[in-house]
Amino acid sequence: MSILDSKIPEGPLAEKWNKHKADIKVVSPANKRKLEVIVVGTGLGGASAAASLAELGYNVKAFCYQDSPRRAHSISAQGGINAAKNYQNDNDSVFRLFYDTIKGGDYRAREANVYRLAEVSPNIIDQCVAQGVPFGREYGGLLANRSFGGVLVSRTFYARGQTGQQLLLGAYQAMNRQIEKGNVKMYTRHEMLDVVIIDGKARGIIARDLVTGKIKRFGAHAVVVASGGYGNVFFLSTNAMGSNGSAAWQCYKKGAFFANPCFVQIHPTCIPVHGDQQSKLTLMSESLRNDGRVWVPKKKEDAEKLRKGEIGPNDIPEDDRDFYLERRYPSYGNLVPRDVASRAAKERCDAGYGVNAEGKAVFLDFKYSIERLGKDVIKARYGNLFQMYEKITDVDPYKEPMMIYPAIHYTMGGTWVDYNLMTTVPGLYSIGEANFSDHGANRLGASALMQGLADGYFVLPYTIGDYLASEIMVPKADTQAPEFDEAEKAVNQRLEKLYHIKGTKPVDYFHKKLGHIMWDYVGMSRNEEGLKKAIQQIREIREEFWKEVRIPGELDNLNQELEKAGRVADFFDMGELMALDALNRNESCGGHFREESVTDDGEAKRDDDNFTFVSCWEYKGEDQEPVLHKEPLVFENVKLTQRSYK
Amino acid sequence: MADKILKKLNIKVWRQNNAKDKGKFETYTIENISTGSSFLEMLDILNNKLILEGKDPIAFDHDCREGICGTCNLYINGRAHGPDTEVTTCQLHMRKFNDGETITIEPWRSKAFPVIKDLIVDRNAFEKILQAGGFISVNTGGVPDANTIPVAYEDAEESMDAAACIGCGACVAACKNASAMLFVAAKVSHLAKLPQGKIEAKKRARNMIAKMDELGFGGCTNTGACEVECPKSISITNIARLNREYLKARFSE
Amino acid sequence: MSKFFTASIGRKLIMSLTGLFLVMFIAVHMTVNLFLIFDDSGELFNRAAHFMATNPAVKIMEPILGLGFLIHILWSFLLEYENWRARPVKYDKKNPEVASSWTSRNMLVLGALILVFLVVHIIQFFWVIKFNPESMKSVVIQGVQMEDTYLLVSDLFKRSVVYDIFYVIGGILLGFHLSHGFWSGFHTLGLSNKNWMSRLQIISRVYAIIIAVGFSVIPLYFLIKF
Repeated sequence: MSILDSKIPEGPLAEKWNKHKADIKVVSPANKRKLEVIVVGTGLGGASAAASLAELGYNVKAFCYQDSPRRAHSISAQGGINAAKNYQNDNDSVFRLFYDTIKGGDYRAREANVYRLAEVSPNIIDQCVAQGVPFGREYGGLLANRSFGGVLVSRTFYARGQTGQQLLLGAYQAMNRQIEKGNVKMYTRHEMLDVVIIDGKARGIIARDLVTGKIKRFGAHAVVVASGGYGNVFFLSTNAMGSNGSAAWQCYKKGAFFANPCFVQIHPTCIPVHGDQQSKLTLMSESLRNDGRVWVPKKKEDAEKLRKGEIGPNDIPEDDRDFYLERRYPSYGNLVPRDVASRAAKERCDAGYGVNAEGKAVFLDFKYSIERLGKDVIKARYGNLFQMYEKITDVDPYKEPMMIYPAIHYTMGGTWVDYNLMTTVPGLYSIGEANFSDHGANRLGASALMQGLADGYFVLPYTIGDYLASEIMVPKADTQAPEFDEAEKAVNQRLEKLYHIKGTKPVDYFHKKLGHIMWDYVGMSRNEEGLKKAIQQIREIREEFWKEVRIPGELDNLNQELEKAGRVADFFDMGELMALDALNRNESCGGHFREESVTDDGEAKRDDDNFTFVSCWEYKGEDQEPVLHKEPLVFENVKLTQRSYK
Repeated sequence: MADKILKKLNIKVWRQNNAKDKGKFETYTIENISTGSSFLEMLDILNNKLILEGKDPIAFDHDCREGICGTCNLYINGRAHGPDTEVTTCQLHMRKFNDGETITIEPWRSKAFPVIKDLIVDRNAFEKILQAGGFISVNTGGVPDANTIPVAYEDAEESMDAAACIGCGACVAACKNASAMLFVAAKVSHLAKLPQGKIEAKKRARNMIAKMDELGFGGCTNTGACEVECPKSISITNIARLNREYLKARFSE
Repeated sequence: MSKFFTASIGRKLIMSLTGLFLVMFIAVHMTVNLFLIFDDSGELFNRAAHFMATNPAVKIMEPILGLGFLIHILWSFLLEYENWRARPVKYDKKNPEVASSWTSRNMLVLGALILVFLVVHIIQFFWVIKFNPESMKSVVIQGVQMEDTYLLVSDLFKRSVVYDIFYVIGGILLGFHLSHGFWSGFHTLGLSNKNWMSRLQIISRVYAIIIAVGFSVIPLYFLIKF
């Protein structure tokens, strides 16, 4: 068990981070110039880390599979970013943000990490404003805030419905400045396919140039993986088409433990699935729940008529509408956390009250707030989201309520990291959504942006120094070393193997199948039988994949099917581990809902006696069962209670 | 509102195996596409069909598929991002097309955006322009409290209007001169409208324009096509601001 | 400043400045020309023409004006060529009408047609007045002897329907050219913002209509009246 040293500093919660910063080593400017750091992924975490590290003087090599760092999927985050600024004078504080996050995460996150996150959150807003992020403002010129799910204060900063975009552009611009100065060398359209370990330490990566197909080697003194989450295991999700878990998965295969893989966030407000040709799901920001009311018909007949298209939502009289969130959770109402809202929607739909043709949608209605505030106010707040909704569905949400349904959105699980954000492999770091650290079993809205930037701007630049200080005498990684040879060879072999299968089915066929298995058995509601079935079916489909997949084109050319195939091949393995983890965790907590563990009124029931730990999985080789390690979670500052939003 | 099925479509598409290849148009037919499908889903279906036929699928750039990442970039039936306004290609839906229609798909055409494969172009020129000055020179840490400098509501809004640019390149694609002025103007305006960005405004405009010129984009003749085809409707008044900033920069030298 | 005129915005600025300069000239030119139809005796126009031909300020302006034309024209060809080169492979299917006006896209075409008009116009009038005044009849107005420019112009318009139409077309082409060029010039100078852009576009259109109508009405007047 000693292998899982979380390195949480001693002392009172509020002093841990300061004390830790005082204790860790610092690298001198002259030595920083000699050190190289690889950053994989250029979303909020990666871009902010690359920029900050380069500003400090490190030589940074940054990688992204997109044609520009600005296209990382952080760009799609809509609603906002939390920070304990207490600008609204509503009694917000670092402790309250910490507490909300721990509680929102259903007590499955580390206290120390979450507290640090809350502690640096105000700095993020300062930093972003200085970079020119055009946050929404009041007429007096000061910053505006909105409220988000699972909290009782207004602490969310926003830039219309494009907050992620603006924050990413801020980090991207900071990185661009360093690229111009030559401190960051940017490799776009490069995909990391393996991490290279020399003498037990991460010393580089193997990447494929996606334009030429060339396999390249890159050496460094440390590798930072900021490659986001693995939500695309489900095929349909709100993730970008290219979002994948492969970089993190290669780290897992090279010895980094993978933590809480079954913790997946299902976002309650997405545009429902439509037909069978759909390629992805579109999120409608959680912020919409500030002004929209969620309902389904009270009468099943009405729901049936809606499904058949015989009546429209506006034909249902006020008294026949069931505002089920307000009914079930009077104190938080429409602003309950995501996992709660998602399950409540599923419950209504499963009970036969779904409102679209497939019976898998509920209404999110703005009629009431338009009546109260006027169309212009609503338009100013959510104009771009309404426009997006109309373009996709051809329905005008100013006139008719939106139809929404839960969809896979975020993965709380990820690579296990210690307090320094280092994985179990020395010199290998994981930040942002790629790691597991801050959100427990459920992430609160507007906290992903906060975590990505906290890690990249204010945590990693300090903690990485502690490791690199002992690497200053280590020469630059020799990319001709046998470890690089071996890694490159393995990468090539795998690509060639995939390419030469020349089967009969395209990659999407398998990915869709995997997605169905995951959604049906490892989705919003899980049980032992289903999970076992899922593991079995995933193994079957994986086997079929490795026999029947057909990859066209050339190996040494831009080949999108080949890229996809590599990612999907890893998704099978990830899906299996997720199911295994879900099977192992026989309790309901946050986004992980086990049907075997519910309260009398159908809410999720945690089992703190048996499951107050982080599940950390260790890879043992192909066809070997991974080994579970447990990092116990110790709560000294909050009392574990059954979460209630009633 | 109800979706229909487009029984048959002819897809005329630019095929080019790599940057050096000469390239040519190919026409494919595709059947039974729902009008509720997105344009890119239609291409997915076509591609899977091509794979099963043993052909090379059509390479096209796309990622978020919700209109914000700016990756997708197709020139469809003579228009950047196709026959709809305020959308990216990924938000374009098949309800905008008719049964039996021939749809022509081309890559962005610009000297500064060379074709990499089929419909994928290299937009690295945009990166270079932004690297030349599209930022505020602050390091991480050591910045004042976010509310220290108030920003007028209108300025923040105008800044945000310009900052909404997704860097897709539709402005270049739609411009008869393949000019990148709207792209540059959006970034210059985004930052110049904020007190934090004003400090470097002159230098920024000068450096970004110099880089833009160097990369082979055409000049702006104010046709306004960029604004119309911009998925985020970024106004060409930003170009006037860029001109102003640039002239100020030049005349103060 | 040395790099200024080689930079894209600098080069555009030259088009804008020369263009706006020509816009002013056009206004003066039209005003003088309109004297043709307000006094059938020709006295008013002849006096104006004589004033323009002899006034030292105008004489100074004349070569500058010529230079303005020259730069505006040559520069436009150069810029258009460079803009054309910015897209080496053209689109197969074009549908530009949706996004921009024909006029704005075809300023060079309009400009070239106006140039053709200008050449004919110069040969017919300016050249004669300037370099071959002996061929013109002279009149004496208020004791001053001067060339009968009115006769030169009115004679042509009365005599030739073809030239009437030619001049009407010239006026309309110029109107189209100005409808985009006028506001575009201000835009390039940076003298535009979200309020003023639409105002300038309206002013631009009104100005263009005035110029087109103002010039066209002259030959039509002679065609219809005589």
